[in-house]
Amino acid sequence: MNLNELPLWLEILLSALLLLGGLFVLIGAIGLVRLPDFFTRLHAPTKASTLGLGAILLGSMVLVSVSHDGVSLHELLITLFLFITAPVSAHMMCRAALHQRLKIAPGTRNGEYQGLTLARQQERDSSRLP
Amino acid sequence: MSALLPMPFFSLVLLLVWLLINNSLAFGQILLGAVLAVGLPLLLRPMHVPGPRVRSLHGVSIYLLRLLRDIVVANFDVAKLVLSSRSKLRPGFIMYPLDLTDDLPITLLASTISLTPGTVSADLTDDKRYLLIHVLDMHDEASLIEELKQRYERPLQEIFAC
Amino acid sequence: MLSTVLLIVLGMVMVALLLNLWRLFRGPSTPDRILALDTLYLNAIALIVLFGLWKDAALYFEAALLIALLGFVSTVALCKYLLRGDIIE
Repeated sequence: MNLNELPLWLEILLSALLLLGGLFVLIGAIGLVRLPDFFTRLHAPTKASTLGLGAILLGSMVLVSVSHDGVSLHELLITLFLFITAPVSAHMMCRAALHQRLKIAPGTRNGEYQGLTLARQQERDSSRLP
Repeated sequence: MSALLPMPFFSLVLLLVWLLINNSLAFGQILLGAVLAVGLPLLLRPMHVPGPRVRSLHGVSIYLLRLLRDIVVANFDVAKLVLSSRSKLRPGFIMYPLDLTDDLPITLLASTISLTPGTVSADLTDDKRYLLIHVLDMHDEASLIEELKQRYERPLQEIFAC
Repeated sequence: MLSTVLLIVLGMVMVALLLNLWRLFRGPSTPDRILALDTLYLNAIALIVLFGLWKDAALYFEAALLIALLGFVSTVALCKYLLRGDIIE
């Protein structure tokens, strides 16, 4: 790749984008390991990792566009797809966790809401039975 | 709209996605994409669920720009929280009373809440009047609800005029 | 400079993958493991895109797109299974 023929400002911009992306991906993974319970853990990867991946894909888009002839936009497709699906999968995982009555970290405020939705789910499940 | 293009916006998205997948603007690809963009909506018309119409495109673009800015800015806050000590975290659940009634705006609001860091929408009550939200670092319940309402729900209400 | 940066970012993503693996093995609950898998596929996309840049090959894009599609569907299917005990109702 003719990486060394890029102008300096572009190189700095791309490096910043890629490093920022890598950093956010890493922070998402650290959050996944460090945070105390499932619901707090859900925050780190679904958002930090998605943003990090967005930054990396943006960097890739710019880099491929300038190092080859013509514009390359198809990374945009993955980015959009990820930003649309990330909240959906987070919501699904959260509902699965509520259903499984996972332990919530001590000190969580309004923890009783978890039981509230559980009661509702059980009600619905029992009404579905023949 | 017309008999040929029952879902004009959907057709446009299909064409754009086709061109993005192939990453080219060649005439053949545009032609193939156009065939798909006209054919698929015609085939899918029986499955089309009528939703509320978007009233102002201006509102949509302002909303998207604000969302993008909030995602980036607020992600730095979450990064700080993740790297700071555990005891500083004050997680909690809130019940958010919804003013929106239609499915599509509620979905958009829930997705927005999940994408802006610090909050994840966890569940929707069966009567679609409350959204259960998990908050990573909660200072004040009432002010958070008010902020979400002003920042995201009002613009969505204006966009869909409901 | 850029190739060095690429190597550094590749290293960061690999460390992230290892951390995800730790959560995947550790658990302790099934949703935790699903979350770890979800993050694992996001990070795998990052790894593949970066590797494609490193190798200067456009073909890796298709792989990344496929992983994104399959990853989302499998996360939703696994959650559905936990919620209902059944994937297709």
